[in-house]
Amino acid sequence: MKWGYELTEAAKISWVAINSNKLRAALTTLGIVIGVATVSLMGSAIAGLTKTFEESLSLLGTDVLFVQKFNWASRGDWREMRNRRDITLKDAKRLERELSMAQAVSVEAQSNGPVSFEERSASSAAIVGANENTAMVRGFLLAKGRFFSASEVDGLRPVCILGSSLADNLFPRRSPLGERIKIRGKKYEVVGVLEKLGGFLFGDADNQVMVPITRFVSDFAYNPDVSISVKAVNAALLDDTRIEVRGIMRKIRRLAPGDKDDFAVNQQDMLMDVFKQTGGSIAAGGLLITGLSLLVGGIGIMNIMFVSVIERTKEIGLRKALGAKRRTILIQFLLESSFICLFGGLLGLAIAFPITLLLQTVFPATLSWPVVVTALLVSIFTGVVSGYLPAFRASKLNPVDALRQE
Amino acid sequence: MSLIEVRNLSRLYHMGTETVYALRDVSVSIEKGEYVAIMGPSGSGKSTLMNLLGCLDSPSSGEFILNGIEVSEMDDDELADVRNRQIGFVFQTFNLLARSTALHNVELPLVYAEIDRETRHSRAMEALSQVGLGDRVSHKPNELSGGQRQRVAIARALVNRPAIILADEPTGNLDSKTGVEIMALFEELSDRGNTIIVVTHEEEVARHARRVIRIRDGLIAADEQIKPEDRIRVGSSTLSNAER
Repeated sequence: MKWGYELTEAAKISWVAINSNKLRAALTTLGIVIGVATVSLMGSAIAGLTKTFEESLSLLGTDVLFVQKFNWASRGDWREMRNRRDITLKDAKRLERELSMAQAVSVEAQSNGPVSFEERSASSAAIVGANENTAMVRGFLLAKGRFFSASEVDGLRPVCILGSSLADNLFPRRSPLGERIKIRGKKYEVVGVLEKLGGFLFGDADNQVMVPITRFVSDFAYNPDVSISVKAVNAALLDDTRIEVRGIMRKIRRLAPGDKDDFAVNQQDMLMDVFKQTGGSIAAGGLLITGLSLLVGGIGIMNIMFVSVIERTKEIGLRKALGAKRRTILIQFLLESSFICLFGGLLGLAIAFPITLLLQTVFPATLSWPVVVTALLVSIFTGVVSGYLPAFRASKLNPVDALRQE
Repeated sequence: MSLIEVRNLSRLYHMGTETVYALRDVSVSIEKGEYVAIMGPSGSGKSTLMNLLGCLDSPSSGEFILNGIEVSEMDDDELADVRNRQIGFVFQTFNLLARSTALHNVELPLVYAEIDRETRHSRAMEALSQVGLGDRVSHKPNELSGGQRQRVAIARALVNRPAIILADEPTGNLDSKTGVEIMALFEELSDRGNTIIVVTHEEEVARHARRVIRIRDGLIAADEQIKPEDRIRVGSSTLSNAER
């Protein structure tokens, strides 16, 4: 009750003081405005990146293992990994045959090249060789048409599935189903179109065309390095499945008991770990640098509060003569600097918000509530910290000396 | 016991290596309802005495008992509380908050006494009409004449019903006619039983009081009652004039 009374009265007094010097308060708070704007923009950029990354990762699925030459967690020597033997289609077929715990196995290989239909063409699309399980294992959904059948894969049929943006490019006004397109000069019939995948980090995953892996081998790459995706029965069995995959792979690759694996069994959360490490340090660095601008703003506030205290020495003396205690004066000046900073924080957010909207057109950025609340708390904190020294000095003024001041 | 009991009060200042006695072993007592003038040339120590009596400063040694409260040993915040409840200040330069209305200026001591808004408002209104400014409550200081400003300051001094009203050269910044009006107001307040201490170097002002304490070189040089025939009485005509 008493605290409430003191705070509301001090708030009124501070408000009057700020109002009587609006321009100065506005100029003072400019540092905070810029600081909060940059910090919240940084925060929203980082939040946006994280969100996109998580979305991109979720495309990979939590119950899928990826058998590849390269280890995602980048443990080990990169050159050693580059020099590993390719994982061949034969390896993949044998693994598929011998695995007992897998729900399905997808074999993929990738190349790129021009894709065209009549006079329209895409100069460099991803050409992906896939088998009949790929859509199911990788969670691809079809917007139109159908995926390959096992017999099409076994029979080397020249059929293909278009990614959504490639389909839009080549067929802006009509359905591509049944049309014949050219992939690196070879004719393929379009049987399906994928749903939009999105994803920001792995390039444009929608600018791709999928063909049966068997046909891929005969048309584009004789002996490609393949990636084998193994879908476990469920996510809980992922670890057991990995043990089985590793054992069979070692046997296929004829590794002696003491040899190191010359392949990697990757899964989604490995990338997540990598991202958390690097993303965390990028975020810390960025926030530190932008935080410096807040610090500069805080010093500006401190400076102006010192001036304000000196200017109002006589007023402080009078207030003390009339019965204001040290605490009362301290609160009055702390509130004043906090108000100025809070105002600056709000203004900073008001500036950051439209910029974030603008950024969203080219870059994933979200101004989230945690960022907003943090920005406001930080600006109030800056106000309290930078106002404390001047306020403390004001509260210690001796009324006799203060009243004598002209 | 007297309202003000001062025993062997000293205040010294250190100026570099030198120690200067602004006040030396002063003893004085003032009863409730007295109207006292403290006189002395500048540098005599009268301002120091006023600061001590006003609890704005603490003595180097000696005792000061105000309204039964021993104040000589108090810390800053306790003194602030005593100033708020026991003392009403009137300054030579008025010391009003320039951006606040007369009403808010008068309310200020009640804000620091943590009195609720309604009581605060009605008591400030009452004090302002007591000094004849009931119709000027929403004016800001720069919209008031010098005399009116000092009346606002007097209303502010009265509003928390203090034990003493302490006025430091209250007419120093006013022309002589307005000065007389202000002295008439003090006379009126004294007649109503308020204890008033006026610090001044003007004989004319001091002769409105009933008792004069003269300070010289940090000591009490004289302490005498003013004979009724020497006292200046303005009479109530001026006050009613001010209340027009």
